[in-house]
Amino acid sequence: MNILIKKFYYGDIPDGASENEKPNTHKLSETSWPLWEVFMRSKQGLDHKHAGSLHAADAQMAIENARDVYTRRQEGISIWVVESKYIHASNPDDSEMFYEPSEDKVYRHPTFYDLPDEVKHM
Amino acid sequence: MSIHDLELAFQDKIDNEIKIEPKDWMPEAYRKTNLRQISQHAHSEIVGMLPEGNWISRAPSLKRKAILIAKVQDEAGHGLYLYAAAETLGMSRDQLVEDLNSGKAKYSSIFNYPTLTWADMGAVGWLVDGAAILNQVMLCRTSYGPYARAMVRICKEESFHQRQGFESLLVLSKGTKEQREMCQDAINRWWWPSLMMFGPKDSESTNSDQSMKWKIKRKTNDELRQNFVDMIAEQIKLLGMTLPDPNLKWNENRKHYDFGEINWEEFWNVVKGNGPCNKQRLAARNKAHDEGAWVRAAAMAYAEKRKNKLKTKAA
Ligand SMILES: [Fe+2]
Ligand SMILES: [Fe+2]
Repeated sequence: MNILIKKFYYGDIPDGASENEKPNTHKLSETSWPLWEVFMRSKQGLDHKHAGSLHAADAQMAIENARDVYTRRQEGISIWVVESKYIHASNPDDSEMFYEPSEDKVYRHPTFYDLPDEVKHM
Repeated sequence: MSIHDLELAFQDKIDNEIKIEPKDWMPEAYRKTNLRQISQHAHSEIVGMLPEGNWISRAPSLKRKAILIAKVQDEAGHGLYLYAAAETLGMSRDQLVEDLNSGKAKYSSIFNYPTLTWADMGAVGWLVDGAAILNQVMLCRTSYGPYARAMVRICKEESFHQRQGFESLLVLSKGTKEQREMCQDAINRWWWPSLMMFGPKDSESTNSDQSMKWKIKRKTNDELRQNFVDMIAEQIKLLGMTLPDPNLKWNENRKHYDFGEINWEEFWNVVKGNGPCNKQRLAARNKAHDEGAWVRAAAMAYAEKRKNKLKTKAA
């Protein structure tokens, strides 16, 4: 067998390993469904938490699809969806100046204050 | 910062077990490797529905039918979680689907083998999902955040897949002579392809192991394969069946099972598209996609119409 074997893993097969690759016949001309972010409340009294994302034509379909994919085992009792393009995010490149100012403010934490042991319930 | 500094900072994060998130800086090769691996993984979940979906209408009881539907539905969900993770790396869903349907993208070769009898459903669950789980448990700690989160979700759902497969074989193994033979036959056919799922031997690698350095992977092919053999060699005793490998033997020194050589020629043939079902699988995916085109268009048109209605109402 005269094949140069390169390292690859299950789930990571090298490109171009196929002999009968056929040319693209489909066109990407269809308008695609927008992307939605799904948030779920797992039980009464808890916050909604990001569960994942999916594509859907509208909000109602997004909620129905989210029910089908994210609550098959009672993982949620309430669903929020929001179109991904409406989410604004902070920039990770700014994280230093954005979050560092709080680093040296230890007095914001209760452990900063040394109190005599006799003080109870505080 | 120069590219070099960025790369150092990046590797430093990886070394310190800090996850990489979509908007973080990452080397182009890291992005590409993840995109290729995650999308292939997604395609495998999707194509993986075909050999099992094939048996839903022929399951021997209502209970088995319900179980099989639930499993296939889970695999669709797994495909979705992984496609969503792949999309965070900058490729659109349409492009991902397009690459699968055109044959450009790869999926796990295991799904190019046919499912000939009902016992195959048990063997697939036990062996194929079993092998996949070992890989996926490791990937729960992979360095790319969205991939790791998708894996955690998938692993929670996956263990029922392997258990139902084993239990289904257990029932057959206690059945009639024909049922026992069917059980053994399915194991015989699925054993070697399952071992191939872990990829080529470590010693045959010519690449430097970048995936390990970037902690995309944390175990080598051979390590995972050995874990799998050790696990299955014990479990099969409970079925009273045998694995089709005369060289399978406990090695007291290594504290592992030794096993025979894999047929690598067959392995590469299937990877290259010459497996028993490669063409059928792609044809089935293309048919489903093409026949669904009007549904996708209609849903879009309906959403558009409703949006306009809301607009005129507001005006
Ligand atoms: Fe799966
Ligand atoms: Fe599975």
